[in-house]
Amino acid sequence: MSKLEELLSQKILILDGAMGTMLQEYKFSEEDFRGTRFADWPVSLQGNNDLLSITQPEAIATIHRKYFDAGADIVETNTFSGTTIAMADYKMEDLVYELNYESAKIAKAVAEEVTAENPEKPRFVAGAIGPTNKTASMSPDVNDPGYRAISFEELKIAYRQQAQALIDGGVDILLVETVFDTLNAKAALFAIEELKEELNIDIPVMVSGTITDASGRTLSGQTAEAFLISVSHIPLLSIGFNCALGAKQLTPHLEVLNRYSKSGISAYPNAGLPNAFGEYDQDAQEMATQIEEYLEKGLVNILGGCCGTTPKHIKAIAEVAAKYEPRKINLKEDPRHAELDSAAN
Amino acid sequence: MTEHKEYRMSEIRSLKLSGLEPLVITPETNFVNVGERTNVAGSKKFLRLIKEDKFDEALEVAREQVDNGAQIIDINMDDGLIEGKEAMVKFLNLVVAEPDIARVPIMIDSSKWEIIEAGLQVVQGKCVVNSISLKEGEEEFISHAKKIKRYGAAVVVMAFDETGQADNYERRIEITKRSYDILVNQVKFPPEDIIFDLNIFPVGTGMDEHKRNAIDFIEGTRWVKENLPHCSVSGGVSNVSFSFRGNNPVREAMHSVFLYHAIQAGMNMGIVNPSMLEVYDEIPKDLLEHVEDVIFDRREDATERLLSLAENVVGKKRENKIDLSWRENPLQDRITHALVKGIDAYILEDIEQARQEAERPLDVIEGHLMIGMNVVGDLFGSGKMFLPQVVKSARVMKKAVAYLLPYIEADKSNVRRSAGKILMATVKGDVHDIGKNIVGVVLGCNNYEIIDLGVMVPSEKIIETAKAENVDAIGLSGLITPSLDEMVFLAKEMQRQNFEVPLLIGGATTSKAHTAVKIDPQYHFAVAHVNDASRAVTVVGDLLKESTREKYKSDLKTEYDKFRINFKKRSKVKSYLKLPEARRNKFKIDWKSANIIKPNQLGIQVIEDFDLKKLEEYIDWSPFFRSWDMHGRYPDILKDEKVGEQAQSLFDDAQVLLQRVLNEKLLKAKATFGLFEANSIDDDDIEVKYKEASEEKKIVFRTLRQQLKKYAEKPNFALSDFIAPKESGIQDYIGCFCVTTGFGTQELAAKFEKDFDDYNSIMIKALADRLAEAFAEYLHKEVRQNYWGYASEENLSKEELIKEEYKGIRPAPGYPACPDHLEKLSIWELLKVEENIGVKLTESLAMWPAASVSGYYFANPEARYFGLGKMKEDQVKDFAKRKGIDYKKAEKWLNPNIAE
Repeated sequence: MSKLEELLSQKILILDGAMGTMLQEYKFSEEDFRGTRFADWPVSLQGNNDLLSITQPEAIATIHRKYFDAGADIVETNTFSGTTIAMADYKMEDLVYELNYESAKIAKAVAEEVTAENPEKPRFVAGAIGPTNKTASMSPDVNDPGYRAISFEELKIAYRQQAQALIDGGVDILLVETVFDTLNAKAALFAIEELKEELNIDIPVMVSGTITDASGRTLSGQTAEAFLISVSHIPLLSIGFNCALGAKQLTPHLEVLNRYSKSGISAYPNAGLPNAFGEYDQDAQEMATQIEEYLEKGLVNILGGCCGTTPKHIKAIAEVAAKYEPRKINLKEDPRHAELDSAAN
Repeated sequence: MTEHKEYRMSEIRSLKLSGLEPLVITPETNFVNVGERTNVAGSKKFLRLIKEDKFDEALEVAREQVDNGAQIIDINMDDGLIEGKEAMVKFLNLVVAEPDIARVPIMIDSSKWEIIEAGLQVVQGKCVVNSISLKEGEEEFISHAKKIKRYGAAVVVMAFDETGQADNYERRIEITKRSYDILVNQVKFPPEDIIFDLNIFPVGTGMDEHKRNAIDFIEGTRWVKENLPHCSVSGGVSNVSFSFRGNNPVREAMHSVFLYHAIQAGMNMGIVNPSMLEVYDEIPKDLLEHVEDVIFDRREDATERLLSLAENVVGKKRENKIDLSWRENPLQDRITHALVKGIDAYILEDIEQARQEAERPLDVIEGHLMIGMNVVGDLFGSGKMFLPQVVKSARVMKKAVAYLLPYIEADKSNVRRSAGKILMATVKGDVHDIGKNIVGVVLGCNNYEIIDLGVMVPSEKIIETAKAENVDAIGLSGLITPSLDEMVFLAKEMQRQNFEVPLLIGGATTSKAHTAVKIDPQYHFAVAHVNDASRAVTVVGDLLKESTREKYKSDLKTEYDKFRINFKKRSKVKSYLKLPEARRNKFKIDWKSANIIKPNQLGIQVIEDFDLKKLEEYIDWSPFFRSWDMHGRYPDILKDEKVGEQAQSLFDDAQVLLQRVLNEKLLKAKATFGLFEANSIDDDDIEVKYKEASEEKKIVFRTLRQQLKKYAEKPNFALSDFIAPKESGIQDYIGCFCVTTGFGTQELAAKFEKDFDDYNSIMIKALADRLAEAFAEYLHKEVRQNYWGYASEENLSKEELIKEEYKGIRPAPGYPACPDHLEKLSIWELLKVEENIGVKLTESLAMWPAASVSGYYFANPEARYFGLGKMKEDQVKDFAKRKGIDYKKAEKWLNPNIAE
């Protein structure tokens, strides 16, 4: 059992909140994004948040630090778009290794610093692996449903490169997140398994999907349980959901995972649903109150925040989480067999 | 019993597969049927369709299987004349875009590893690989199994090894055991993901060595299930009756008998053509006996006897079991059905009929198809359809439109050339495009050329393409909120680059407010917020047509300008009075000369099971049409030039349903109301006296006062102003009520929805709402004229009633005069509403059933409706204190009415 798995059975681990929301406060201009190194880059770089790990590393480190101070056990690297596929928009495919490596280094350094200050509470870094901006099982063209803008093989290569750089940079966990197309996630998991075998390491993996609308399905159309089954071939530290919905709307989907998942369960929802201006205005207390429902029901092992959340939110969540036991990780089979199970015993 | 220490029989590990939905195969799961019609080796039709590149029709084969109950579909493209890998990938890509098919897991069937691997790379769910075996040795077996595990699939393992196929009991045991050990111990393959195919061979061939084929399979199955924990056993059932080809009744009986016994032995999955299966219990006795003799090798002459019996067994035709009852529905329902379900098999036939009936071919698009697409839009909005389905609907739509195009072009009454080029994109960072796609399709159907850049489109690409293609308009869509900033950014960019192209904004997160305040000011040219597909057509039309575009553009600009100004005004310019000042400026009634009438009947009344027929004449129909997005006053709307026809047909449908409701008493009407002694106290409150179990009790209604600074000595109203103050020494009165006609609505709506009749489901809700309002109107009249009796002389026409030309008012909590929903709790407490008539309050204080109305009665002739408007923090504080609740709670409930 790894250190993390051990901790997971003892307490609810706290993940950080939104990086993007925190970066918005800096109001970085095009020039800030570019820094001196990319002053003459041929395309606009504003909005390329991952690049800030190179051009504004202090800001990134400060944000990590704030989340740790708020009570996070794990921070995510600033690498949501760190694949050649997502970086193509900025013509930065060749920088992918460096972006991931540096991001991991920054986060790890902060984590070590904070751990040194309080060795009782070890801190971890999760290498964030985003969904990319292409989908492997859906066509972007209504008129040509058989068309695919990206292949499994291309995704696998891109994910492998990202995962390798994150591991080299020192992350403790790989987090395949905001999964809207399960096939993309499967390509990432395939790449990670290959790497684990070749490097002969056993790095914990978290998977977090996203349910995008009222139908209760992922964008690629799967129900929560179908999604769970589709990624269960890999040993996971946790499976869960993030983004898209607020804490309240996420509950029924977490309940499904809770019933059928044998690994830990994570949840890091948005700070409510966005208002007319695209701002997330659920305050920390309200979000924590909603999240308390998960805790009362014993649904989760890992909690954090996605879009719109800040260290305030994480602090509130950490405080309420501390009052509860983590979800019992269910090593038993499917509860559908509860009767049979007890009969067999 | 087993040597596999890790896996015990007593433990339960089930095979879990997934398409869009899960398939969990447990010991108690009945036999899992694998569809085999999408196998080129098993279906001549499917082979021909693939060879002829008719993938659309091939998809229908898959759909038919799933409709027929296949829980997994087997797909095989192994044929010498087919490029197997390409065909597999192409077909799978199409299958996964069909939610009705892709909901079930897929079995990727090939003897070529490269085809299997290519298949595994395009399916998101947990598949089954069919198959691997020890045929080419352990090394290859292990390497393929490892890959399959990494792709997250289950696997069919054939009972086959280096020396050949297992064709007897012992060989089946030998090969399955060896395969299992390698998979579980070396590859660490989950045992529940292993499915053994134990080879079903024909019986009744006339050859001695085939006699035990069925028995050995069944006994082999039993051994596997008892000795190799957690795995499944599968097989292709039709093989067993191979020698009786041409005699389907006998084959069907053989399949049933074989399956019956194989399932008992533990076979839990297999390929069976459901239309080639007799119900075991319905097999004629003599046939059953003869078949069992063959299957179990019970007599030397079993085969001969079955053959001679077979000659006398007459075949009967079996019906195809797809539900086609919807084909009986009226034309529009059929078209809507086809759109909603994404079925294109009959659409051209229906469209042809619609075309012949329509005045112009274009009417079919603007009428039939658009009505269908609106239903699709509603279902998606309410979470009853999800993205791939809507996309599929769009494709049916396209097919229909493509069919109509030549007719439209031939039709001289409308010249149809591309009306303009529209660029559509979901902005950077956002993957939601359904709304955009629908708008795209709808615009496409209206003759616009659509350049769809897809999702997550960077602004540079939008700008570049817009220039290169010289587009006439740009449509941006987004669902998540950061998209809003992206849209602002794009507007700025368009301004910087001197674009003169209208910009359309849409998507769930967008709003007129955001468009007007944040986007419009960035761009000198037209910006329009378009929140639904049907509106998109008119907006784009007005923006592009030469005759209208200048005016429309400037109208839009003016509209947003105004909106902005109002928006800013609303939050800044208004000035408010302090609460004591507002109270001093209250509405004053000269109580000394007021003629206050004591109600004829004080206390609470309950009306149960009121006759709905009495309400028909009190229905105000105008809001009914509004709820269907048809604006106009009834009855003029029925004669309206534009919508008259549709309004009339809607009205006719409503009448049909209403008459059913009235005659069959499908809804229940109930009411409770009470009239009480009351006086206003402390300016803004009303103290009500009532008796409960002959005990005198008091309850206080809290009212809210207008705080906006008024001009020309207009008063600052509160409802309490209409009740005589306690200190006047005059006894005054107040009433309150709750009526409902909602009981039964949900059940009816559910029934309609079950029949896919969303039209009537919406209709019944709209009607119930109207009946509730009518009931409130009726009851108010009864109160005025009888129970209270202050207006017993009143004689108003229906129109006058609707125009509220009566004395006294019946304001409702949650509405402008008293926006505070919390007051409903007081009414509920006073009237015992829930106990008396069963109407409940939800946690957000909505009434349930929804078709309910509650409120107060004020009788004073000076009483009038007013809007509270915004109030200041001081009143919120005061209100909280009066009500004895904390400030936070008051703030939460009054929030929409609190000035910034």
